[in-house]
Amino acid sequence: MSVLAWLLPGLPVVSGGLLALTGHRVDRAAPTTAVAVAAVTLALAVLAAITRPQSSTTLFAGLRAGPAVDGLSAVMVVTVSTAALAVLVFAAGQIREDRGRFSGLMLLFTGAMLVTVTATDLVLLLMAWEVMGAMSYALIGFRWRDDHRVRSAGIAFVTTRTGDMGLYLAAGCALASAWSLDMAGLAGSARPWRDLIAAGIVAAALGKSAQLPFSFWLSRAMAGPSPVSALLHSATMVAAGAYLLLRAQPLLAATGWAAPLVAWAGALTALLLGAVAVAQSDLKQLLAASTCAQVGFMVLAAGVSSVAGGTAHLVAHAAVKSLLFLCAGAWLTALGTKDLTELHGAARRHRLVGITFAIGALALAGLPPLSLWVTKGSVLSAVAERSPPLYLVSLAAALLAAAYAARAVFAVWRPMDAGTRDGSEQPGTHRVDLLERLPLPVLALVAAAFGAVGPPAVFDAWRRLLGAPSEPGPGGGELLLSGALAIVVVLAVRDRALPAPRVLGEWLYLERAAVAVVWRPLTALARSLARFDDRVVDGAVRSVPRAGMAAARLAKRWGEAGADGAVRAVASGVAGLAALARRPQTGQVHTYFAQAAVGLVLLAVVIALVR
Amino acid sequence: MLSAVIFLPLAAAAGVLLLPRLGGRAATRVWIAAAAADLLLVAVMWVRYEGGIGYETRMRWIPSVGAGYHVGVDGMSLPLIAMTALLFLVCAIYSLRETPRARAYAALFLSLQTVCLGLFAALDLLLFFVFFDLSIVGMYFVIAGWGHGDRLRSALKFFLYTFLGSLALLLGFIGLYLGSDPRTFDMVDLTHAPPFGDAPGTAGLVLLAVGVGLAVKTPTVPFHTWLPPAHTDAPAAGSAVLAGVLLKMGTYGFARIAMPMLPGAWQRHAWVFVVAGVAGVLYGALVALAQNDLKRLIAYTSVNHMGYVVLALGAAGLVAGDARARELAVSGAVTQMVSHGLVTGALFLLTGVLWDRARSYGLGGFGGIAATAPIFTGLTAVAAFASLGLPGLSGFIAEFQIFAGVIGIGTPGAVVAGALSVTGVLITAALLLRMLHRAYLGRPGELTPRVTDVRPEELAAVAPLLLLSLIIGIAPRWLLDMIEPASAAVVSLVGR
Repeated sequence: MSVLAWLLPGLPVVSGGLLALTGHRVDRAAPTTAVAVAAVTLALAVLAAITRPQSSTTLFAGLRAGPAVDGLSAVMVVTVSTAALAVLVFAAGQIREDRGRFSGLMLLFTGAMLVTVTATDLVLLLMAWEVMGAMSYALIGFRWRDDHRVRSAGIAFVTTRTGDMGLYLAAGCALASAWSLDMAGLAGSARPWRDLIAAGIVAAALGKSAQLPFSFWLSRAMAGPSPVSALLHSATMVAAGAYLLLRAQPLLAATGWAAPLVAWAGALTALLLGAVAVAQSDLKQLLAASTCAQVGFMVLAAGVSSVAGGTAHLVAHAAVKSLLFLCAGAWLTALGTKDLTELHGAARRHRLVGITFAIGALALAGLPPLSLWVTKGSVLSAVAERSPPLYLVSLAAALLAAAYAARAVFAVWRPMDAGTRDGSEQPGTHRVDLLERLPLPVLALVAAAFGAVGPPAVFDAWRRLLGAPSEPGPGGGELLLSGALAIVVVLAVRDRALPAPRVLGEWLYLERAAVAVVWRPLTALARSLARFDDRVVDGAVRSVPRAGMAAARLAKRWGEAGADGAVRAVASGVAGLAALARRPQTGQVHTYFAQAAVGLVLLAVVIALVR
Repeated sequence: MLSAVIFLPLAAAAGVLLLPRLGGRAATRVWIAAAAADLLLVAVMWVRYEGGIGYETRMRWIPSVGAGYHVGVDGMSLPLIAMTALLFLVCAIYSLRETPRARAYAALFLSLQTVCLGLFAALDLLLFFVFFDLSIVGMYFVIAGWGHGDRLRSALKFFLYTFLGSLALLLGFIGLYLGSDPRTFDMVDLTHAPPFGDAPGTAGLVLLAVGVGLAVKTPTVPFHTWLPPAHTDAPAAGSAVLAGVLLKMGTYGFARIAMPMLPGAWQRHAWVFVVAGVAGVLYGALVALAQNDLKRLIAYTSVNHMGYVVLALGAAGLVAGDARARELAVSGAVTQMVSHGLVTGALFLLTGVLWDRARSYGLGGFGGIAATAPIFTGLTAVAAFASLGLPGLSGFIAEFQIFAGVIGIGTPGAVVAGALSVTGVLITAALLLRMLHRAYLGRPGELTPRVTDVRPEELAAVAPLLLLSLIIGIAPRWLLDMIEPASAAVVSLVGR
């Protein structure tokens, strides 16, 4: 069944490419086509998860590359396809402009993620990884007439590509180490290659999943339409980084330093970006920061060898976050705002959206018995075994999750009041389309029930499915503690105004720091190099003909004058001599006779003297 | 057959000039027909190529100095010949619409095509040199006759600078001749028995002369300043040929002449080329980032892209490292030559559209072109992403091989050089996205209303280039199967 391995990502990529290329001509049919393609893709993904196809081909001289579906990939392809289908159904009801381009790009985005999670080697991974980044650029900047959206798209792409450089380095080092790009063999590389490969992969993954210090691009990614956020924050882009770290967990563990580094990066992101989320007044920004924080738990999981727990968290979070973004998007379209204060009462005005949003948000808060409570618990149980300080940071981060989720859910569920306002950002349509509502209950069901993975027997099966080594699974004490604390925090916070220092509201000034530390010096260097190029490098070139002309003038003045002067002197000397020679030629016989006499006398004297 | 491919365009040029009644449009049609026939012949050559030196012709020319008419193709020259034939064809299609003095223009481009094809097919140093110099002459007339802006000055600068470079090259060729035994200009013989095996000092001097000559043409930093004005003031098709084909003559010369004929010197001075390559990558990208003129910006990205090629070829001389990695790097360099020809050719033709509509290359005057010219914007976006090395397009296939190959060599210096040059991809991404934002997206600018969408002939010229870039980006094996044996040969020759 090797065809299936190519067909699974190939279908959305090819159909997406065709839709995006044909543009307006297919606008009418595009949403239906996209949903149909996504549905078939989901069926293919399920089939692939069962049959586990694999395939490989030679890409570069003697280097094999190709997709394969193993346990982890099986979970990922089903998750990605499901999220994509849900989001495309929603988008069919919401996106009204440029539908061909939108649907095409979304399918390409999905297809790239499918290749990412099935790639068995670094080059195929890198290809899909970067195409996914480029599609996120095109989707964030979808409404390209607004300068700020295009700028945000550029910032997102360049920031994630900064991390991507690491994958190029990792690929080169993998070749230097063992002349293979196969990802399964990376953990066995010799030093120092193993360390360099791990460093490259970690940089790429942290960049893609918006962990510290790259988190700011995710705030920028909010400039895209809501369905884009729903997909980008759940099963693609940010999930890709977490997936890669989970996939590379043996390598991280083998280096000795990469696993703790990743664990701390994830835990600190969960903590700090959790605090950022608490301080947001805009619903989509709150959700964006919470994505960084929640992905932080997955990254943490990779660092503490909790592959099954991290993957479960990834799947549950994909459902939760796509649900929350779709709800936020539905309100943004219907009510024209995403400000938390202006959204007061929104849940009561659109009940289905409100109820599903509440389920998602309470899952996000880590309330029992919802999904994230269990999945996060399994990660925290693994952390508790490893390092107490790391556990304390993670637990604090979990409490912040309860706080920001509580703020969101209480804000939309309280009655309408003086703060409620419609249409402050865009004119509201005051209706939520059937297609927009359709995916919400399904996602809410997964968000609520995915915790079923928790009981020891089920978790063990889940772990075997992923082929992960033994790990603790969600511990009873840990679940009790975090569940109780979450309830306490949710009830304590409600929608009380929490202190929101500017530094948190502004995402820790990360973007400003990146601009000041990297971008400004780089552009300043570029400008001065451009001046240098014009004045010094080209100046030197220009000075060559100038020097040549100057030498020519010099030659004209001195050399020409001298050489010509000598010629003239010869000429005038000859002329003078000629004038002299003319003087004896008088034409008179007596003078000739006298000259002859003088000559003869001189001749006689000379002869006499010589003899 | 190869000679027919080389001289068919010249014959067509003579025909265009000799038929007195031929109108401008008809002349362009003849040009298109000749270029298309030539491309078809090249395609047949590609299919029937069987490895080694194919389609070889060897005839007496100037026997007194051991120079002959010797041509042939291998896995390195055939892709470049094919790219050249395609690029000249699309330039012909692009020029279908109102070119002034179309007969002379068509004849000039057709003869330039003969010169370019002949250079890549030449297997004799004197023949190579003749084509090398004639390409400068041809391009001088293209810029001076059909350019705009300060075209005479730019053309003169281009001519004098690159001509000076070609004189250095001639000096080097004479050095190679004097070192050979028996005395010959034949490239195959020189490769077979490289001169100066026992005189490293002389070999270094000859490499210096050849290297400077080729570095000017490539251009390698700091010999690049003729490039931006030449591009800015050249007509679009001229820029496309200049960037797409003429620059490759420099890097092709490195791989065809300098590396196999002076292997010892190349190994000893490999670091010079590695450093020059990395400098070109970073310097070109950074200077491009600061440009506000679209054509200058693309010109400097060419400096960046050719820097990757020089880096890879230099790294091939680091014989302490893994030979497979060096072969990968050289394959990447050849792929990059082809890819850059396609992508930058497309970008320059697209900027020609902008000039045609608005008589400006200034980024500041535009903005939001996507609204008035969506197809034009789409083509530019694809070309820009290809240029910044997005996977799925040819630039990635080339650059990945170069990075992975150079880093894969495994010596600390090579890893550092590779890692530094990877940042070039990031800077090009930033600058090309900035270019897209300022000119094509966002709010409309003052000149935007003048920009109408691409016309059929413009689309027909640009689309094949981008389509081929896409095909190479997704399924490169048909190209790499051609290139890889040749790059393995180069690496083994330079490793002697």
